[in-house]
Amino acid sequence: MKVSNGRWRERLLDQMPPALAREIDVYETEIELRKQGKLDEKVFAETRLRRGAYGQRYDNGQRHDGRQTRHLDYPSAGLTKGPNTLWDAPGMQRIKIPFGGLTTRQLDVLADLTEEYSDGIAHVTTRQDFQLHFVHIDDTPSLMRRLAAVGITTREACGNAVRNVTACPYSGVCSDETFDVTPYAHACARFLLGHPDTQDFGRKFKIAFSGCKHDACALTTIHDMGAIAATRVEDGRVRRGFELYVGGGLGSVPYQAKLFDAFVPEEELLPIAQAISRVFARLGEKKNRARARIKFLVNNLGMEEFKRLILEERASLPPDPTWTAHLDRLHAHEETPLKPASSLNGTAHSEGFRRWVETNVRPQKQPGYVVVTVTLPLGDITAGQLRGLVDIARRFVNDTLRTTVEQNFVLRWVSEADLPEMYAALDRIGLGQSGAGTIVDVVACPGTDTCKLGIASSRGLAGELRKRLAEQSVCLDRAIQDLRIKVSGCFNSCGQHHIADIGFYGVSRHIGGYTVPHFQVILGGQWTENAGSYGLAMGAVPSKRIPEVVERITRRYVAERRNGESFQEFVKRIGKSEVKTMLDDLTHVPDHSVDASFYSDWRDPREFTTGDMGVGECAGEVVSQVEFGLAAAEREVFEAQVLLDRGDAQQAGHQAYVSMIHAAQALLRTKMAEITNDPDRIVNDFRTHFYDTERFFDPFAGGKFAQYLFLAHQRAASPYTPESAHHRIEEAQLFIEAAYSCYGRMSTATVPVDGSR
Amino acid sequence: MDIQHLNVKFFVEHPEVVDLDPFLTIFNRWIQEQVCDDLLIDVADYRHVVAGPGVVLIGHQANYSLDNTDNRSGFLYNRKARLDGSVQDRLRQAVRSALLACRRLEEDPLLQGALRFSGQEVRVLINDRLIAPNTEAMLLALQPELHAFFDGLYGGAEYTISHPSDPRERFTVHVQASAPFDITTLLDAVNIP
Repeated sequence: MKVSNGRWRERLLDQMPPALAREIDVYETEIELRKQGKLDEKVFAETRLRRGAYGQRYDNGQRHDGRQTRHLDYPSAGLTKGPNTLWDAPGMQRIKIPFGGLTTRQLDVLADLTEEYSDGIAHVTTRQDFQLHFVHIDDTPSLMRRLAAVGITTREACGNAVRNVTACPYSGVCSDETFDVTPYAHACARFLLGHPDTQDFGRKFKIAFSGCKHDACALTTIHDMGAIAATRVEDGRVRRGFELYVGGGLGSVPYQAKLFDAFVPEEELLPIAQAISRVFARLGEKKNRARARIKFLVNNLGMEEFKRLILEERASLPPDPTWTAHLDRLHAHEETPLKPASSLNGTAHSEGFRRWVETNVRPQKQPGYVVVTVTLPLGDITAGQLRGLVDIARRFVNDTLRTTVEQNFVLRWVSEADLPEMYAALDRIGLGQSGAGTIVDVVACPGTDTCKLGIASSRGLAGELRKRLAEQSVCLDRAIQDLRIKVSGCFNSCGQHHIADIGFYGVSRHIGGYTVPHFQVILGGQWTENAGSYGLAMGAVPSKRIPEVVERITRRYVAERRNGESFQEFVKRIGKSEVKTMLDDLTHVPDHSVDASFYSDWRDPREFTTGDMGVGECAGEVVSQVEFGLAAAEREVFEAQVLLDRGDAQQAGHQAYVSMIHAAQALLRTKMAEITNDPDRIVNDFRTHFYDTERFFDPFAGGKFAQYLFLAHQRAASPYTPESAHHRIEEAQLFIEAAYSCYGRMSTATVPVDGSR
Repeated sequence: MDIQHLNVKFFVEHPEVVDLDPFLTIFNRWIQEQVCDDLLIDVADYRHVVAGPGVVLIGHQANYSLDNTDNRSGFLYNRKARLDGSVQDRLRQAVRSALLACRRLEEDPLLQGALRFSGQEVRVLINDRLIAPNTEAMLLALQPELHAFFDGLYGGAEYTISHPSDPRERFTVHVQASAPFDITTLLDAVNIP
């Protein structure tokens, strides 16, 4: 789209590392080949994904405008950049920032790109990346060249590859850390980038580094590979290494990473990562994307066998000097403060400054210095604010900025006495908001704003919660100020709802011929201990009633918490049944004629429907029976959760399986007059009518959720551990959601349109 | 001179009364009603960002927004697709598109006449640092074209052109007329070939 696109290559040629320049040339050639029809659309899709150029909502050329589905008539209508993805449709560009580390020069360029190629907003993600939205594919090579000229690559930011390597943003300045993991994260990112052994994965692979075990800053347990700094004394000498975890991941069914080795010596970190990559590429699932993450491989093999295979692979690797080259340059990442250490004197300061210091300032292990968190609402920052941040960084700290997994920035090495001036400077550019890491600092994935997979408006809900909570923040009880809220637009967990005290993910329900946005309520996830445990679903509540959910739960927590009781302990003590009772009345959706606001999502005035639906009497009768069955299945899976809480894993797992059978049985009512109670026949009939016909297939996840049923049925007689029961419950929850969606799609397709709505 | 990607911003007369909430509805309605020849795609909501782009109507050829950059509320037309013709033609097309949108907003029933734009001040920028670096040389090169255009737009009334000189910013000029102008008057002027 930009008229300057043809000129950036020549302008920047001597500023780009040759390998990166070549890589972008190749990409540009692929773009040209695709335009000429000489490159298959599926191949091109993967190639652009591996450069971070992602699809975005409505890129299939259709958008429901609140009244009808409207065709978006792009100029190059016949040309696609992937299956069902139109060339001219705006896309998202993800920009990898290893360990979140940025220089001011890089930030300056990001600001320029935000203005020139995007809609003026840069978005910080939950994995320390940047994302620019509404970018035209033709502009991406220029954008990448400008990034390459300041040492940033977008390579493997998406696709089946090693994604951004994240790390604790306090590495090197945190008093709790064992040692600074920054150089190791950097070396790992460089070593695996474009490595031949990482090019044949069935799915993405995420890595995180943490300097300590007990804080949450790096979230190692939710990663495919998580490395926690550790030391060991051998022969009187302190050796550095890592407590290494493998096989974690959120996604639709969350898994906690399992301990691979309590101590991998520093010189073995990269070869072990390479061996893991090889084994994952060789043995990981390739055809069924739903089970292709390494967590499934680890789970299927068991850690003992997985580790045996990795060590065997490690032994066979040809030696590579890169494995240890970084160990001689560990000090290269040490930062030099711009200002001498100082202390904040006792002068009186404003209330705003005092609140900001309380939530956004954290002492460093180096006396006289602090880390300042710059709170970004929903992870968003304007180009002007980025430039303002550059000026502030150059004035107070220089190149010691990092992004965080809570979608904020941190400025490290701030001399304490500079805090009042820094606060004033941040406030002048609209970045002086307090509340970092508190209940106000709501995290959200892009959801229906821009993501093709979004079901409900995660950013809309997060924005609303943030606004309401910020208004009350001064009077919020201390007990609830430190809670975390995280919102995902769908079950895929990009908003990390599983590890929040209060989490939500978007779902929908069909009520009276309309589709109504809802959020599943997830309570009791653990943020600390590197995301120590995951929360469980409490039931779906209409989107518009979620603020009441937050208010009700937090109010009760404040009123009934016992001395020092954490939110998780509180939820556990009162029990899920009680929580469900507490929220029961909030699940009610008023009739459309009574309150139409429930039928649109937060910050989106369009009616949340799939078309102009009418209500047929025959369909209506079937509806009630099917919905009844689905509601019963939903109740059963909830009971399974309660059983698991009571420690009865066997019964919990079985009950979850039964709930899936009943959901399948409910759907079969739309196809068969005689409904059997025999699980074998239900599964067979379900396979015939819903799986083989692909009727049950999710538009994006395909037959993934049906396979949960088949697997559960196949293993119905197997014993359950607490972990496997937990997984079965998660799968049952998702299967039931998929059954609701399937039924919704069928209703939409079969109900005659009367045009009255 | 291949001047493209023009951005034009007219400021609101009473920023203190601007409420961004209705613009979600208004811009979604513009998509429903396809109010202009541009392909209108989606609405992006950035009301939560201080001094940000506000509410943005994303189009293929251009973006339209109730923008609050620098804490100055106004309507921003951000041309993305190439414009044909001479520099005068391109300036005319971009300013006309901005003015048409301003008038449409002023007349929107949801706003009940509360929104008025001032024609007395306009910000024009070129959203491409390579074709238009923010330099004095660029200003000198473009000045004759700018004067030719704004002489016509303001019908001979006095005006000044100022140029913020930060080299990191995109090439920008602020044009300030000595007398007030309303949107309709400017539209009449820009419609005259």
